Amino acid sequence: MTENVLAVRGLTKTYGTGSALVRAVDGIDLTVQAGQTVSVMGPSGCGKSTLLYLLGGMERATAGEIVLAGRRVDGLSQGAWARLRRHAIGFVFQAFHLVDELTAAENVELPALLGGTSPKLARRKASELLERVGLADRAGHLPAQLSGGQKQRVAVARALVNEPLLVLADEPTGNLDSAATTEVLRLLDRLRSAGQTLVMVTHESRVAAIADRLMSMRDGAIVDETRLDRHSPTVDDLMAGVGLEERS
Amino acid sequence: MQDVVLALLAKGPSHGYELRQRLSAAMGPLGSAFNAGQIYVTLGRLERAGLVTSSEVGQAFRPDRRVYELTASGHERVAAWVAAVDWPRPAPTEFYLKLTAVAVAGLADPAALADAQRRELLRRLRDVQQALLAEPDGSPAALLLEGSVLQLQAGIRWLEMCAGFWTGRGQAND
Repeated sequence: MTENVLAVRGLTKTYGTGSALVRAVDGIDLTVQAGQTVSVMGPSGCGKSTLLYLLGGMERATAGEIVLAGRRVDGLSQGAWARLRRHAIGFVFQAFHLVDELTAAENVELPALLGGTSPKLARRKASELLERVGLADRAGHLPAQLSGGQKQRVAVARALVNEPLLVLADEPTGNLDSAATTEVLRLLDRLRSAGQTLVMVTHESRVAAIADRLMSMRDGAIVDETRLDRHSPTVDDLMAGVGLEERS
Repeated sequence: MQDVVLALLAKGPSHGYELRQRLSAAMGPLGSAFNAGQIYVTLGRLERAGLVTSSEVGQAFRPDRRVYELTASGHERVAAWVAAVDWPRPAPTEFYLKLTAVAVAGLADPAALADAQRRELLRRLRDVQQALLAEPDGSPAALLLEGSVLQLQAGIRWLEMCAGFWTGRGQAND
């Protein structure tokens, strides 16, 4: 039996009232098992970012329930959500949100220190994670001295420092050019193979194609789910992808 | 294919095996996309068209090998090909007409058709991207894969628009 990291039922978020009522998230059911990678894809305004903020407790749902690792969390106070986020949920944002005055290593250490990890252990974890994202040699650099792709890799390392049950990513490649996108996707794909449970919202099909399960969202609702099994592509698979005729 | 083989011969006479090696190297993970048979069929066609000539060259301790060389008209064709600004025809027109025809005839739901096509492109994107992520930095084949990724992305985005347009409109008789 695979355990559910996340189980959401009837999740709804409305804004306004009466004729001005907007259903940003409209009765979503979603279950994510341990080790699954789920992407939620849709045009801007479809409600995917609101969904992610509800899952991370940054916004409060109008209705519905959120169960994280078997525990009902939708009714938690803001303080309890903050503690939960610190230990159980890692975030990756489109705009990186690194602290400009801190080095890459200090940015990664910060959530560990806030979570009560000793400075010595926090430093060791940060250096291991920077190694894992291929930035060991940039540990002492400030964000301003890093490229966009490198900043996002630091942000991914930071999201992992408290060994979260769940990583939530909001348009993780939204601010990156194509080469930096490849860099970040390579890292996210490694997290997927390592069994990190991951929910990403994006309008970019490249990010979505990293996931095992791909949900399409329209007008606040999930309208389609595509499962992308992982396999090693054959030359014939690749030929179809690059538009070559099949070999005779 | 014909043009590529001609262009590879512009450097100087060569044999089929060497041409195939060159193509395979350029294609990276798609190296086996062109098999030896295709190269020899192509060379045969080019020879019949008067664009290349071939001759047997003897080798010590090995069977003779056929060496191919560009003719004057072969050189002309290479120059024209290099200067041309052709671009592969983009796919949307055909699929767009398919959706329209299907809607008019009430054969299927165009939005469902667009969604099915989008899923197929997503699977292709997954495969090509997986190969791209596995390519080392600076690999020339990564450029080919990156180009295909961008094309597939554009196709997927357009198919989302198609599905959005046809959602709720359904089939012809409403």
